[in-house]
Amino acid sequence: MNNAQIEIQLIASLVAIACAIPGTFLVLRKMAMISDAISHSILPGLVVGFFITQDLNSPLLILLAALTGVITVVLVERIQKTGLVKEDTAIGLVFPALFSIGVILIAKNANDIHLDVDAVLLGELAFAPFDRIFISGIDVGPKSLWIIGIILSITIGLLFAFFKELKISTFDAGLAASLGFSPALIHYGLMTVASVTTVGAFDAVGAILVVALMIAPAASAYLLTTDLKKMLGLAVIFGVFSAISGYWLAHWLDASIAGSITTMLGLLFLVIYLFAPSKGLIAVMYREKQQRTEVSLLTFLLHLKNHTETRERHVNHLQEHINWQKVRAKTVLDLALKNNMILIDKNIVSLTQKGDEFTSKAIDYIITNEDAQIEDMKDDFFLFRG
Amino acid sequence: MDIQEYFSLVFSDYTLRTITLGTAILGAVTGMLGSFAVLRKQSLLGDAISHAALPGIAIAFLITGSKDTNTLLIGALISGLIGTFWIRGIVTKTHLKSDTALGLILSLFFGFGMLLLTFIQKQPNANQAGLDKYLFGQAATLVEKDVWLMAIITGLCLFVLLFFWKEFKLFLFDADYAKTLGFNTNFIDILITSFIVLAIVLGLQTVGVVLMSAMLLAPAAAARQWTNSLSKMVFLAAIFGAFSGVFGTAISASQNNLSTGPVIVIVASVFVVISFIFSPSRGLLFRQIRFIANRRDLEQQKTLAFMYHIAETHDNISHPHTIKILNNFQGYTRKTLQKLVDKGYVTLDGTMWSLTEKGFETAANLYNQQALKDE
Amino acid sequence: MSEIKIQEKTPVSERKMAVQVDDLTVAYNYKPVLWDIDLEIPEGVLMAIVGPNGAGKSTLIKAILGILKPIAGSVTIYGKPYDEQRKLVAYVPQKGSVDWDFPTTALDVVMMGTYGSLGWIKRPGLKEKKSSLEALEKVGMLAFKNRQISQLSGGQQQRIFLARALVQDASIYFMDEPFQGVDATTEIAIINILKELRKAGKTVIVVHHDLQTVPEYFDWVTFLNVKKIATGPVKDIFNDDNLTKTYGINYKVSIQE
Repeated sequence: MNNAQIEIQLIASLVAIACAIPGTFLVLRKMAMISDAISHSILPGLVVGFFITQDLNSPLLILLAALTGVITVVLVERIQKTGLVKEDTAIGLVFPALFSIGVILIAKNANDIHLDVDAVLLGELAFAPFDRIFISGIDVGPKSLWIIGIILSITIGLLFAFFKELKISTFDAGLAASLGFSPALIHYGLMTVASVTTVGAFDAVGAILVVALMIAPAASAYLLTTDLKKMLGLAVIFGVFSAISGYWLAHWLDASIAGSITTMLGLLFLVIYLFAPSKGLIAVMYREKQQRTEVSLLTFLLHLKNHTETRERHVNHLQEHINWQKVRAKTVLDLALKNNMILIDKNIVSLTQKGDEFTSKAIDYIITNEDAQIEDMKDDFFLFRG
Repeated sequence: MDIQEYFSLVFSDYTLRTITLGTAILGAVTGMLGSFAVLRKQSLLGDAISHAALPGIAIAFLITGSKDTNTLLIGALISGLIGTFWIRGIVTKTHLKSDTALGLILSLFFGFGMLLLTFIQKQPNANQAGLDKYLFGQAATLVEKDVWLMAIITGLCLFVLLFFWKEFKLFLFDADYAKTLGFNTNFIDILITSFIVLAIVLGLQTVGVVLMSAMLLAPAAAARQWTNSLSKMVFLAAIFGAFSGVFGTAISASQNNLSTGPVIVIVASVFVVISFIFSPSRGLLFRQIRFIANRRDLEQQKTLAFMYHIAETHDNISHPHTIKILNNFQGYTRKTLQKLVDKGYVTLDGTMWSLTEKGFETAANLYNQQALKDE
Repeated sequence: MSEIKIQEKTPVSERKMAVQVDDLTVAYNYKPVLWDIDLEIPEGVLMAIVGPNGAGKSTLIKAILGILKPIAGSVTIYGKPYDEQRKLVAYVPQKGSVDWDFPTTALDVVMMGTYGSLGWIKRPGLKEKKSSLEALEKVGMLAFKNRQISQLSGGQQQRIFLARALVQDASIYFMDEPFQGVDATTEIAIINILKELRKAGKTVIVVHHDLQTVPEYFDWVTFLNVKKIATGPVKDIFNDDNLTKTYGINYKVSIQE
């Protein structure tokens, strides 16, 4: 590994961390698509900023472009407020228009700007190590590394300073307001951080990867934990993992680094989506099957409890009257027997004392809306699960 | 070539005619179907689908090695549909919300597509150039065959739309109710979604994956402002879409170095801005004017009511009072007083005013109406 | 008419069952919302379904109408499954369940009530328009027929929904909180129409919130809280005992007020 390779991976990792932090909050606040809007609409800001500063890495340009990001958010909210269109339509109208303006500005001034549209979408991470900063003649590293490093430090500083406020306003905006934290301030603060990060990362990794790096690690982490701190930690780890493995994938395929990092993020998400222990697809499907049987069991037990007449408690009734297919009826009956909930005497089913107790408790919990308790109760009562 | 030249050539020049016809048809079909996407609150789904189509184009090329539009679009269609169903899978089977699912699929599919595109570019068989036109669209690459395909699909779409119009309308407004009436809502849902995906894929060559969603939304959002009827909205959206397509192509064809997609989107956005501001019933301008007019009416009425209360205390309602009394009253300005005089409710005599018979009656009526409303 | 009059005088116990629900269990995400409901609704009653929030009142209606798929149990309308008896049933959903900014007029919405009998593809014609206009007149909204639906007040929107159900010319009407967010005049207008329907021998089932008005408006009531607590004539079963069982400890309502 040469120096440039290490630097590229370092930049990619820092970008990943800088994106994962605001991304986590965007995902939790159901504002993921806002990051898509920001990443597209900062383009005209970037171009205009470039006309003024003539330097793609100038801090002024970053601020101007970030301002465009915040303006986008405000514009979207303004349009939503008029009630002329639905909420998501407002997002869908604003960012393509702004992005188009940016693309046209670039096309019309192609000779003056060293920006091309591919770079906008994909960034040029491979070239990042060649644009270096020299302080009194000494090479102190690539410019992108410094920019993203500074942005990341600020983001982390803000995260530690306002962690409590962010947490409360994300999970309960009403409570936050009543405690005196202005939700609007936190909202726009977060939008500003997201915009600045997007601009800072944009140059290195392009518009689309910024979106992927904000949403995918956070979404993957959210499938594994609901604890905010753990989620932040996991999102950072996933981001860095994809950044580094993506770099090597690109190296191997000789393809775009940004595209490869996104692909790694996609694979990572796919694996977690399928295999996450309790929220992954397979776990969910398995649990749904189990719960379908167990809810059926509960239904059946309650039916027994509700009806004393023998006609309603006949084995065949379960199939005919409750409207179940034969296989399902048999599964439920077997499960109830295995768990000693019922007795069958001459094809007449009745509840055992245990079954009766279980059913009474379950219905109490459901009526008082504490159905989460049923899961705990199942552990106490069930010898075999569905 | 400037725009004038363009329009003089449109009817004679074969290539220009093909391109213009193509973008017009495309604008019309996306406008129509976009109305449904907007009303279903699926505005951003189009964005996700169009981005998700990119890897399909690349894979279709990798497998067949052909740059034939139809082959590539079939690839786009398949990957667009996979993206759509994965979004549904994420939303229904996990606790991730729809915005996260959309953003995920959009960025991940697109990133993967870009990986494939850059991979293809490095391949030795140099036949690959031109795939990146699918990013921002090049109307200039449309040939007659493409336009025929668009026309056929648009015709099919129009036919289905007219055929199932009643069902679509019912489903869009109140899906549960449609179900109780015995309509198969899953079928309608899949029909609408499939056509939306199809329209998006059709537009990729002209507008590109990045901006295709705007073609879906902008004409529909503009059309919604001008009418309160679904059929008129769909019709207007088609018109707006077609015009955006034609103007956008005209402008981009008359300039160097301009992709069609961004220009069409700008034209469509101009339609949106004009509609938002100038629509007579919903537009912001007229809303503001009505707001000011209402406030002025209210000020007048309040002043009149105030005068009425003073006049009430006298036997003779036209008993003159000094204007100074009115200064204590908030709603009063010299202008409102003049307006009341103009309407013949009040007469002025130096610094004194008095209510006329007509003014007294109007004020009394106002008062009664107010009392009725309060009940 | 005379035939129906007779029916009204028929003792409830001898009437036909309009709706019969057997062992119905419905779950959202495998969490039971309705549990083993047995319910018989005799023809010609005006029935309220009452119960606390989350008791499954709307769910019960939706399950009867086939909008939600139950995990167990069956529903019959006049002895046959719902699918075969669709045309006997009309539904008024909760007002908040649709987008009132949808580009359509009051008359258009009411016409939707005719779509069910038209079936696929066939378009509404003059006959359908006439019956829709009559329904609009009945709810006192004829003057608003061309009004965009977002420009109607909450009460007027509810009347439009009622008119849409009236157009269906059904035997059984299901209504999900028709009195929510409506003005007093509309409430009276609606209840008068419901009473008229009952007089004409129709069965009306209403999810209702305001316990105070139950004895005044309805003659039949079902108490629901996940399980069915009680069902029967208001004068027999609308008492503190059942209210307490449904709403929790010592729930009292002064019916006399």
